[in-house]
Amino acid sequence: MTGLLQIVFDALSLGSLYALGALGIALIFGVMRLVNFAHGDFIAFCVFAMLWPSTNAAAIVFAGNLPSWLLVPLLLLVGAGLSVLSEIIVFRRFRNANPATMMIASFALGFAMRNFLLMLYSSRPKSITLWPTLGLPVEILGARIPMLQVVTIVITLVVLAALTLFLKRTRYGLEMRAAAENFTMARMLGVRANGVILFAFAISGMLAAAIGLILATNSGTADINMGANVMLIAFIATVIGGLGSVPGAVAAGFLIGAASVIFQATLPNEARVFRDSFVYGAVIIVLLVRPQGLFAPKSAKQRV
Amino acid sequence: MSQRPSVLWRTIATPLILTVLLLVIAALSYQFGSRAFNRTVVEMFINIMVVVGLYVFIGNSGLLSFGHISFMCLGAYMTAWLTIPPMMKSITLKGLPAWLLQTKLSMWIATPLSGLFVAIIALIVGRIIMRLSGIAASIATFGLLGVVNNVYSNWDSVTGGQGSIVGIPPTMTVWNGWLGAAVAIAIAYLYAISRSGLALRATRDEAVAANASGIDIVRERLIAFVVSAFIIGLAGALYAHFLSIVNPGAFYLRTTFVTLSMLVVGGMYSLSGAVVGVVAISVLIELFRNLEKGVSIDGVTLGLPNGFQEVAIGVITIVILIYLPSGLMRNRELTWPSWRRRQAVPRPAQPALEESN
Repeated sequence: MTGLLQIVFDALSLGSLYALGALGIALIFGVMRLVNFAHGDFIAFCVFAMLWPSTNAAAIVFAGNLPSWLLVPLLLLVGAGLSVLSEIIVFRRFRNANPATMMIASFALGFAMRNFLLMLYSSRPKSITLWPTLGLPVEILGARIPMLQVVTIVITLVVLAALTLFLKRTRYGLEMRAAAENFTMARMLGVRANGVILFAFAISGMLAAAIGLILATNSGTADINMGANVMLIAFIATVIGGLGSVPGAVAAGFLIGAASVIFQATLPNEARVFRDSFVYGAVIIVLLVRPQGLFAPKSAKQRV
Repeated sequence: MSQRPSVLWRTIATPLILTVLLLVIAALSYQFGSRAFNRTVVEMFINIMVVVGLYVFIGNSGLLSFGHISFMCLGAYMTAWLTIPPMMKSITLKGLPAWLLQTKLSMWIATPLSGLFVAIIALIVGRIIMRLSGIAASIATFGLLGVVNNVYSNWDSVTGGQGSIVGIPPTMTVWNGWLGAAVAIAIAYLYAISRSGLALRATRDEAVAANASGIDIVRERLIAFVVSAFIIGLAGALYAHFLSIVNPGAFYLRTTFVTLSMLVVGGMYSLSGAVVGVVAISVLIELFRNLEKGVSIDGVTLGLPNGFQEVAIGVITIVILIYLPSGLMRNRELTWPSWRRRQAVPRPAQPALEESN
């Protein structure tokens, strides 16, 4: 029973991370059909923003020393700023480009950013300690769950609730949903394209910062590749969920998280190292059964 | 002298020009280049093979594939299994079947065998994946990349796991490299002018109309998938000989995106674009590598900081894409004389990833 509860919490917390990532990718895809491969590097950038640039092994903590009520908003701001800046400088020029070109442009941006960070910080992973108390376990129904897992799940639920309210109840949310449904039509009806797109980028950047904070707290290191894995799974989740469907992306994020944890728990020992193969295999099977995604919006149907 | 070049000449002009251009590069590098520079040129030729292989599938079908680098991985490991001396294999790769442990083939036999092996794997995998279209197909190929990387990184007794396998004979020269690139270009061009290539481009431009005209989309895609896998399998085999070690990390995301960038920068819908993209990016990389090393003036070395090369490549790629969204070659083929008669390839009406909006 406690073992089962442990698995449930593992699945929920891993799924939360993937869901937050998928959300960041799905929002931008919705408004401008861009699959943002730089998202993983946004995550890494937010983590490294807490450190002072140096190539030494011992990290000089800079913003990371701030009290948390200041650090969290500051980092969210960094994420949003970076994301908005990348829209203004780079992605704005690709509004009418072929999606493949846009995708490669976003990859090139991420590549440049990653190597810029490497120039400043060197490739050595750096240790960084944020809120060590979150690593302590708490007892829930007899199972010992790390506090961080609980916090991650709670944060994700809060973010999801806030975002749902924003999308459903505010004017900007309505505009964003309209833009995701049919961008040209939305513009004709008076939605400001630049405003909506900038807003989507800002939210996506904040989500990247949140993931960065969770990852850094969890692993205790700042590593240049830390965002890449989350970004990959998030990208897959947005497709499985049905491109253009925000709730679908979140659900698929949780699903992939759950699948990973369940494979990890149930596979025999010698097959456990091949867990990712099983996850990717499951992804391919899901796509074969539902190529349009599990929760495809009606507008995503191919018209002839 | 007739006004128009003959049909035969017009047919073979593009691959011939490309191959001869590369031969000039090979000869110049052999004659004047340092050892290090020659290695750079060999690497460029191998990249040309990979990107030309990508073009065969992506350029003709319009589907973006993230999975082709896994074919490079399969080809490289196959070559490693076939060419490493049995003495070394029996120590490091205990899990190999006995007949493979005792095999020791030369590069000239092992390379085509590796290509064939990869093509067979592609035929099996492709039968499943090619049913999908649009971004679902792209993600499925991504899944393929993930599976191959995961298996080859962890199947310790057969692939050496995360570590590298050493002992592949380092037999690559600029001439081998050039030959590989020429073979790749020839195969790609033959495919592009074949019946299947034409049919596949029709499905890329107008899937519904092509289907209505009796083209079996899945079948044509599968053919292109297998042909491109064969080319990339050859490239992987030569890459193993080039480095003389193989490591699963070399065939993952970084290589995938760098080669895709080369293709898009050159222009993804033409063979010339594929070749020109690789040459352009390789020249840039070499240029910045030298700038990083710096110039010595009176004992003071002036150079760019380390790592500047990658940042610059990223930025330049973005700038090229902003000003030339369809790539350096604008989806045209090189013909002779290119300023008089350019074969424009029509823009695909519906790009691969565009879901209806």
